[in-house]
Amino acid sequence: MASMKKSFLLICRRAPYGQSLAREALDVALTAATFDQQVAMLFLGDGVLQLLKGQQPAAIAQKALDKQLAALPLYDIEMVYVEAEALQQRGLALSDLALPAQALSADAIAEQINMHDVVLGF
Amino acid sequence: MSAGAAKTAGFAKPANSPVSLTFALLVLGGVGSQSQISALNFTRAAVGAGHRVMRVFFFSDGVAAGSAQNVSAPDTDAIAAQWSTLAAAHQIDLVVCATSAVRRGILDGGEASRYDRAITLQNGFEISGLGQWVEACLLADRTLTFG
Repeated sequence: MASMKKSFLLICRRAPYGQSLAREALDVALTAATFDQQVAMLFLGDGVLQLLKGQQPAAIAQKALDKQLAALPLYDIEMVYVEAEALQQRGLALSDLALPAQALSADAIAEQINMHDVVLGF
Repeated sequence: MSAGAAKTAGFAKPANSPVSLTFALLVLGGVGSQSQISALNFTRAAVGAGHRVMRVFFFSDGVAAGSAQNVSAPDTDAIAAQWSTLAAAHQIDLVVCATSAVRRGILDGGEASRYDRAITLQNGFEISGLGQWVEACLLADRTLTFG
């Protein structure tokens, strides 16, 4: 088990606040990374909002998710993908995000889903 | 990539070839969510078709499935009881995420004594960490999320 290695793709589709799934997906990502697995994260639809920098959720008694996501590279999670169309629909650019990410077309997203061993949706 | 190729090859096997796969399921939706029923139905169908469901990991609101306190309508079994019965018959691990569970009042003997509360975990379930889910992902041929 210690020597087993798979590639994980975590697909995050929810807005950052309002329910706990965004934070819980991050917990799964960090756990898989702790087990020395290859982990990539893909943000689709409203999920791209999780990456927006400058979040100030103290007013709703939450911790800023962008700051936690910005720490992903420290856990060797460096493959962060976002849906190009979702960014465009929301008037956002890669420079609005809290960490370096790669924008993918729908075709490239399908390719990523096909390439990974384990695909989990949150 | 080789992983993708292997996946395609698995699906491409002819229907009459007896392929048995090992599944691990992640359940995220609460007891009012279709995700619980879908995961139960999938499990029944998979074991019925000769596949193995090695572990169901209940995470986020999904941990509600492991509460012994849930009472359902008179003509149906509570979700927790349905899972217990299915798991006992087919050697399925039912694992409830510890962090999600204690937040939602689902405690096994250890957690109950630690926090001085009552035990609320259904028999047949165990409380453990996310590592159990990552391990299941490594051991299973297929993982499915019921969100």
